[in-house]
Amino acid sequence: MNKVVNNAEEAIKDVSDGMTILLGGFGLCGIPENCINAMVAKGVKNLTCISNNAGVDDFGIGLMLQQKQVKKMVSSYVGENEEFERQMLSGELEVELIPQGTLATRAMAAGYGMPVIYTPAGVGTEVAIGKETRVFDGKTYLMEHAFKADFAIVKAWKGDTQGNLIFRATSRNFNPLMAMAGKYTIAEVEELVPVGELNPDHIHTPGIYVNCIFQGINYEKRIEQRTVNLKI
Amino acid sequence: MLDKNQIAKRIARELEDGYYVNLGIGIPTLVANYIPEGVQVVLQSENGLLGMGPFPIEGEEDADLINAGKQTITTVPGSAFFDSAMSFGMIRAGRVDLTVLGAMEVADNGDIANWKIPGKMVKGMGGAMDLVASAKNIIVAMQHVNKAGESKLLSKCSLPITGLGCVKKVVTELGVFNITERGFELIEIAPGVTIDEVKAKTEGRLVVEGNIPVIEV
Repeated sequence: MNKVVNNAEEAIKDVSDGMTILLGGFGLCGIPENCINAMVAKGVKNLTCISNNAGVDDFGIGLMLQQKQVKKMVSSYVGENEEFERQMLSGELEVELIPQGTLATRAMAAGYGMPVIYTPAGVGTEVAIGKETRVFDGKTYLMEHAFKADFAIVKAWKGDTQGNLIFRATSRNFNPLMAMAGKYTIAEVEELVPVGELNPDHIHTPGIYVNCIFQGINYEKRIEQRTVNLKI
Repeated sequence: MLDKNQIAKRIARELEDGYYVNLGIGIPTLVANYIPEGVQVVLQSENGLLGMGPFPIEGEEDADLINAGKQTITTVPGSAFFDSAMSFGMIRAGRVDLTVLGAMEVADNGDIANWKIPGKMVKGMGGAMDLVASAKNIIVAMQHVNKAGESKLLSKCSLPITGLGCVKKVVTELGVFNITERGFELIEIAPGVTIDEVKAKTEGRLVVEGNIPVIEV
């Protein structure tokens, strides 16, 4: 078993034009910085990106938008990004907005081998248009399909050479879910350790879901909204 | 008339000991500053945290620790992290006792619109649709009228809907309203506000019965 590669460039070598990619992260928290930068450098195009957010103008998925590499974005919230808004309003970029819990659970369903989920989120709204509904115990639910994607790209705090992953604080967010949902999953980690070093009780994503892993470099971990209480 | 902090303070009186609470962005966030003494609540942040604490002291910000508004935060003792599916799982399963959120419009049947202004603002619904579809108790904190002076308490929402028949209570600068089959029932009025002003600024069905107590500020 050899899942370890040297860097992001090697990890994404099979990502090609027109593919669908799931990306972990919430805002800029827990995004796979190294792989995004590598995809920008590679110039792969016409991508469908499934990610809760679309980065900011000059960081994260925003960098791929600037290079017009994204054909379609599937997200729950896309504020804080002028270039995104411009491309969406001009029709250059196709956008599908879906409720955040639906996004998370559609990824989870893919990882659990379930074709659909039923959720009440979006019932009676434009999200429900064209979707099958069912009533359970008097409440209406929408049927939503599990995601299908060529690649999932996630970022973890620690990982071992067999792909077991541990996330840190709220940078966990969508990462374990996206990791389960890709046909081929790439994990970049802040610290890659030899197999056996991580406590099995602490693993968030078992290595079975991870095909490829590498230790990332130069993490910026940019903060979107720095809010503090002043020192007294 | 109540200011934003007074609206938050009034909503904080709805908190009960042991509540798990999700606070939205804006006025709802301020509710955390007015948790009554002797009441312990656990704040849920839908990006994957129970037990959210205040903003960090300058210099102690952690890029891995943010709230749903992407602000740096801290945790309190007893906190727990989890992924986004579990986060919305606990919301969907009705484990969150109270959700406080802002709105652009609320209808007198409890419908809410707060995610999209066609042609103007299309940022996405985030977790709002999940929250309103499942929360047991939803309180809306908002201004009574919009910038054009038009009522936001309507007989029918004009903006794209976020959820149907879900809002239980609305607190504005003018008063506190329960939503029942009869519409917006004024249960408390803000100091210095007249019933006539409330009537003039409420487009939806309004019920005013008996003596309406003034909100203590």
